[in-house]
Amino acid sequence: MYQLLLKLGQWIDARAGVSATLWPMMRHPVPRSIDGPMGWWYVFGSASMTLLLIQILTGIGLSMVYVPSADKAYESLLYLDYEHPWGWFLRALHYYAGSGMVVMLLIHMTQVFLHGAYKYPRELTWVVGVLLLACTMGMFFTGQILRWDTDAYWGLAVGGSMAGRVPVLGPFIVHTLLGGEIIGASSLSRFFALHVFIIPGALLAFLGLHLWLVLRCGISAPPVPGEVVDPATYEKTYHEELKRGVPFFGDALLKDIFFSALAVTIVVIIAAVVGPKGPNEPPDPTLLGANPRPEWPFLWLFGLLSLSPPAIETFIMLVFPVLVLGALFLVPFVSNRGERAPSRRPVAVLLVIVIYTTLGVLTYEGVQAPWSPVMNAWSGDPVPIDLLDGRSPLELQGAAVFQFKNCRNCHALDGIGGRRGPDLTTIGASLTRDQLITQISNGTPGGGNMPAYGKQMSPAEMDATVAFLVSLRPNGQVPAGSVEDSPIEGTTPQPESLTE
Amino acid sequence: MDTQTPSTTTVKHECPGATPPRRAFFRWLTGLLGATATGLLTLPILGYFFARRTRPAMWVEMGALADFPLGETRTINFDNPLRQPWDGMTSLTGVHVRYQGQGDDGKEQFLVLAANCAHLGCPVSWFPQSGLFMCPCHGGVYYETGERASGPPPRGLFHCVWRVKDGKLEIEAPHYPTLHDTLTGSLES
Repeated sequence: MYQLLLKLGQWIDARAGVSATLWPMMRHPVPRSIDGPMGWWYVFGSASMTLLLIQILTGIGLSMVYVPSADKAYESLLYLDYEHPWGWFLRALHYYAGSGMVVMLLIHMTQVFLHGAYKYPRELTWVVGVLLLACTMGMFFTGQILRWDTDAYWGLAVGGSMAGRVPVLGPFIVHTLLGGEIIGASSLSRFFALHVFIIPGALLAFLGLHLWLVLRCGISAPPVPGEVVDPATYEKTYHEELKRGVPFFGDALLKDIFFSALAVTIVVIIAAVVGPKGPNEPPDPTLLGANPRPEWPFLWLFGLLSLSPPAIETFIMLVFPVLVLGALFLVPFVSNRGERAPSRRPVAVLLVIVIYTTLGVLTYEGVQAPWSPVMNAWSGDPVPIDLLDGRSPLELQGAAVFQFKNCRNCHALDGIGGRRGPDLTTIGASLTRDQLITQISNGTPGGGNMPAYGKQMSPAEMDATVAFLVSLRPNGQVPAGSVEDSPIEGTTPQPESLTE
Repeated sequence: MDTQTPSTTTVKHECPGATPPRRAFFRWLTGLLGATATGLLTLPILGYFFARRTRPAMWVEMGALADFPLGETRTINFDNPLRQPWDGMTSLTGVHVRYQGQGDDGKEQFLVLAANCAHLGCPVSWFPQSGLFMCPCHGGVYYETGERASGPPPRGLFHCVWRVKDGKLEIEAPHYPTLHDTLTGSLES
């Protein structure tokens, strides 16, 4: 029996030429130092690919149960979570392996950048790698839409509104993206096609090209300070190095397998412990209080957009992503020779630190989202009792008006409430009565963040509100503006007419 | 093989001058047929992917005129007729309706505002206490007239097209409004 199978195998191999073509590829030599501890830097790309395999496997599994139809998708997700055997686990694994894939890609890319592995002759490998990153981000975005809940619906709305800002072509792009005039079944079907056919097709094609380029150009040797890349001599030196090299299909691969197995184990444990993500509320557009958040790889962009002045917003939405992608494409053409060791490339190291710090801070802001009003703070967050103790009837009336006019949605008292505007716990110590009336009546001048309440309040309501706000001072502190009679020592007292 | 190459070229009968007319014709015909096939394939496929389905305007009933007290804002939810039969709850749409009394010509005046924020489309809520619309996403605020009050929106709320028919308020079924594709595009231009 064994002999028969062996013969069958040999016959297939003779016809298909597997061992004649693939075996030398697997055994291709890699620089000897990869066999050492430096080899651990080379495991992140293969880990991304391993997680991609999990994505394909779990994705196929989910597609056998999930219904990509707007009226049934949500129910099929609930069915997956609660009824189908191991459905919850597949959904969880698909989410966390996808997240892990993004993490591995970023580490892989950072390592390649820091080690200058993108330099001659591996420029194209880097460019295709950037395309792989773009595809992965596309998978993340479209995947969130398939989780057909409130976040998905409004995420699509926000995406549509951004695309709608494109001059001239905007309406056409929105219509093509949504597949119709409203967000609904056609939109979901489009994103299903994107997530399951179009983007994965592109991703696998680019991955094939990426791997081919890795084989063709070879794995870069760990950088050594002083060993510079010179296109004129690089090939010769590299081939000399390969003569002393070790086969890839050997101990070098062992590290990849070890790390991939570790990554899979971690992802499986996280999926099993944390469970599937959502779906949250059903995709009913008339449900109020929706507060859509993008998935974590896009939180930094959400933060950046929200913190930028409205005047440059359209630029950040439409041009900035193109610039980022363009800058990434250009990396190997800006510097494709010279030093590779990070210790000799301070600018590269600084860039990585600056970029990750920025991304981290913006992501933190995106999680906090202090720019989002708390829509139910006016009715849900009571005025702290300390701020009402011993107040006059007028001031108490003002506190009621302050709540009733929805001020709390943006203004916190004692840290509770919205954070879009400043916390007003001690506002009486910094703004005078007149300043407060001006601020409330006119809002932020020039159309800033505070609406003008002039017409939204009666004079009596204004009077009471301002009385309450003036009373908001730290214990013992006088109201703002009441110390103008006592000039600071050493200054010339000004005439009364000028101080008013 | 290399040794045979000269013999095959010697066997081939060269025509005097350029490519023989039959071969040139065939080449030209292949090009033409290829272009025809490509065109026949491309046009319908492009149409399938990108063309817009055109339908006559559809009107949705909002309610009897008496349902809208003067100077008050009502949020009306309805099933958008622009839906697909398999849209489920996603075709539910909300608009804010405000009755503004009779105009100089004695006709009823309504204000029908789309619920989608003019900034990035999130759903604005009406707060009758302060007379403001607020958006939960980035803090866009609008006055009761739909005019922008504060925050990032580049314009006021989108206005729906409305009419009064047989004592009832009707609006034209609204598509998803965006900055360059408002609900009253034909009226504004």
